[in-house]
Amino acid sequence: MMFFSKLVTYIPSLLKGLGITLELTLLSAIIGFFAAIFLVVGVLYGNRFFKILCNFIITIIRGTPMMVQLFLIYFGLPGINIKLSPLTAAVIAFIINSSAYQAEYLKGGFMAISKEQIEAAYSIGLNKWDAIRLIVFPQAFRFAIPALSNEIVYLIQYTSVAYTIGLPELFYISKNFASKTYMNLEIYLFIGIIYLIFIYIITKLTDIVEKKLYIPGFDTSHLK
Amino acid sequence: MEENLLIIENIEKAFGSQKVLDGVSFKLNKGDVKVIVGPSGTGKSTLLRCINLLNPPDKGRIYLQNTEITQLPHSKIPSIRQKIGMVFQHFALFNHLSAIDNVALGLIKVKKMNKTDAYEKAMFELKRVGLDQHKDKYPAQLSGGQKQRVGIARALAMDPLLILFDEPTSALDPELIGEVLQVMQNLAKEGMTMICVTHEMGFAKSVANEVIFMEKGKIVEQGPPLKLFTEATHPRTREFLSKISELYGESEKK
Repeated sequence: MMFFSKLVTYIPSLLKGLGITLELTLLSAIIGFFAAIFLVVGVLYGNRFFKILCNFIITIIRGTPMMVQLFLIYFGLPGINIKLSPLTAAVIAFIINSSAYQAEYLKGGFMAISKEQIEAAYSIGLNKWDAIRLIVFPQAFRFAIPALSNEIVYLIQYTSVAYTIGLPELFYISKNFASKTYMNLEIYLFIGIIYLIFIYIITKLTDIVEKKLYIPGFDTSHLK
Repeated sequence: MEENLLIIENIEKAFGSQKVLDGVSFKLNKGDVKVIVGPSGTGKSTLLRCINLLNPPDKGRIYLQNTEITQLPHSKIPSIRQKIGMVFQHFALFNHLSAIDNVALGLIKVKKMNKTDAYEKAMFELKRVGLDQHKDKYPAQLSGGQKQRVGIARALAMDPLLILFDEPTSALDPELIGEVLQVMQNLAKEGMTMICVTHEMGFAKSVANEVIFMEKGKIVEQGPPLKLFTEATHPRTREFLSKISELYGESEKK
């Protein structure tokens, strides 16, 4: 059980790494969600300028690899004298990346709301933005919960890519451990289990959120 | 000047190259119930949607209480719409809100009423359509007839000057039509001003003071229901009304 005795000395840095992984995940998911609302509303309800702009942003982000975006921000921006820490660079890259994907998930939800409901909202005197905020969004969000929860799962896993710019997140620490101890099998199995546990917790949490927000007629459980 | 609630002057509306309304005019007084009939694709729904500016007309003018509403800036349109109720063919209830929240939403968000008063008023309107027992149900838990009655209560809650009904019963199962017509009949008797696109001739005969027959974007003939049913001057009116009476003869007896 040499592995565990070595692991014990690594526990503080592993916990730190886990903290960074979760921080990166949550910041990207939450800020990315608000950015996604902006993008999707721009695409669906904006004027010509915003429609084109938001569509352009989404196309660029979804059309290029995450790694390219991350390297561009961390290694590329210093070329124009913008130097960011690995954490800041990673947070920005993941927010941008996730916002485009979340926008696509929300778009599906927005488009599932009948035009008649929006007209009904207008007919009682609501303006366009109130109709979107009070009628369309609450329904679109419910429809999008399964896809959004999937995005969080994906983010937890994909934040490991940030090790490439030297961000000491969970995967980076494990790699460090492996290169010092040569216990590749043990540490990657161990770290895999850690990821699995957290993803399981997140999945359960989103299930609870979905149940809490449940409304008859919005049952998406059959989609899973 | 005569006090007309609503004046529609020569409105025209086209979707692309398709002319849907081709010079429609009529007047409406307070308490009037007008029923608009005609073949599908004639522009009846478009006419209603022009009136509450969901599809503003291309040409012509609409006056509500002697104020022209067809030339208003965008920002003024919602304040006009809240004075004109609309009941939709497919109910168009807000699916994420309970029956009472559907009715109260406009009161809270548009009329800025406080919640206690808004829910009291919403409850009153639900009672009026016979649905106070179902106030906490969501649209998915209601029958078609109940949904449409919530739709009517939602329109009523805003205390509109008039209500537009866009084929309110044509998406309903036959046995559910009666409960909706009953509510509409009661409203008419209480003096509500209404424009109804419907083929329910029994309803037209019992409460309408005018029936308007439209075809190809134009008013072909209009008059009191009995006159139109028995001595229509235009052959197309006669042909259409007799066909409709045959088809809807059953629900007429209700």
